[in-house]
Amino acid sequence: MTSSRLVYMAILGKDLRAELRTLQSLPAMTLFAITTFVIFRFGLDRTSLSGSLAAGVLWATLLFAAILGINRLFVAEREEGGFDAIRLAPVDRTTVFAAKASALLVYLVALELVVVPVFAVFFLDSAAALLPLTLVLLLADLGLAATGTLISSMAVNSSARDLLTPLVLLPLVVPLMIAASGASEPLLALGGPGYHRFGTWLAVLGLYDLIFLLVGYAVFDFLLED
Amino acid sequence: MYGKGLRPLSIATVAALVAALSLVFFYVPLDADQGFIQKIFYLHVPLAIVALVGFVVGGVFAILHLRSGDSRWDAYSYVSIHMSVIFGVAVLITGSIWAKASWGHWWVWDEPTLVSFLIVFLMYATYYPFRYAIEDRERQARYASVFAITAGAFVPLNFMAVRMAESLVHPRTFGTANGGLPGEMMFTFLISLVAIGLLWTTLVKFELTAKSASGQLKRLRRALDVPTPGGSSRVAPEVS
Repeated sequence: MTSSRLVYMAILGKDLRAELRTLQSLPAMTLFAITTFVIFRFGLDRTSLSGSLAAGVLWATLLFAAILGINRLFVAEREEGGFDAIRLAPVDRTTVFAAKASALLVYLVALELVVVPVFAVFFLDSAAALLPLTLVLLLADLGLAATGTLISSMAVNSSARDLLTPLVLLPLVVPLMIAASGASEPLLALGGPGYHRFGTWLAVLGLYDLIFLLVGYAVFDFLLED
Repeated sequence: MYGKGLRPLSIATVAALVAALSLVFFYVPLDADQGFIQKIFYLHVPLAIVALVGFVVGGVFAILHLRSGDSRWDAYSYVSIHMSVIFGVAVLITGSIWAKASWGHWWVWDEPTLVSFLIVFLMYATYYPFRYAIEDRERQARYASVFAITAGAFVPLNFMAVRMAESLVHPRTFGTANGGLPGEMMFTFLISLVAIGLLWTTLVKFELTAKSASGQLKRLRRALDVPTPGGSSRVAPEVS
């Protein structure tokens, strides 16, 4: 095992262990998402959703729930001196980016494992769309993890903190949301899932992930310098 | 030292603007379809192109800043983005006027160029609260550069995604690469583009000069032990 993989496993393990013991982010994200579904049920006055409305409700809810987690991602590093420790340690900073993004990815997948079935039970007539939807969810999570880690690590060191994350992140993920809801809309359509332009949207999602993982990889060094 | 060449540049800008506007009003023929209102095209499109190029230029300066650690590049990047955001406001306003006149609505969601420009504008509008929320000057400069690079990568991606989201039922008012423009219109358009580009460059240079002058003044005051009047801007980057 090379040293950077060791560092990666150590940071990722630390994050997941801390989350399992304190349960700070995930329960809050899940609860937030489910409550938001209830609000949408009354706000839209619909008992079942399909097509673009279903895609919109799902992605808006997931995005805002994700922002809760993204806000907390680096709080422990800041408050408990983790940033100083990482700066002192002779480790590659991009490994830190990879580990943190992976931790966020795990949070998002865990969130969706609970929330998406709940969404299906609440609003969908059939669960047939869930299987192809996982592909869209995974690709979108990867993009959210890359941009979220980047923005969160900057916002946590500013004086505005959790105000800044949604402010900067929302415009940044607009292309991601366009592609994700574009792919989900025919999947969630009434009368069984459709695959209109499914491959194209997946390609856009993949491109977004690739670009922002590369950007994060390239610039993360400068965010931990001091 | 930033003031060098500012005067000839300003004169060239004024001359180019006058030339462009005279061409727009006295030379170029009226559009057969849209008539007089189409003339806003010679203002709107160059503004949009220059603003977008300015955002990308800001990103390139940010890369130079991160690579060299020279805070001068950060000031360049800041001023480029600053000026492009101001141009962006003008783009949105002129675009709205044109949309009202030619489509009957102030805002048209089906037009991908409009929507993607709005998203890019919103993205860069968060540059200010983002930058000013970081107190430490050096860290502020570094983070702002990271933001500028990230947003620079976001611009083309966003245009692609928005364009794909629309079904393209709306007719394009002008073909891509101006393929549909007759010679006179193309000529006027190019002169307008040059004029607006010069305007952007002059304003950027002007702001850098002003920043450098106030930085020098502050240093002189400090050297002579004269108290600096008022709370000087802690937010904008300084130029030495």
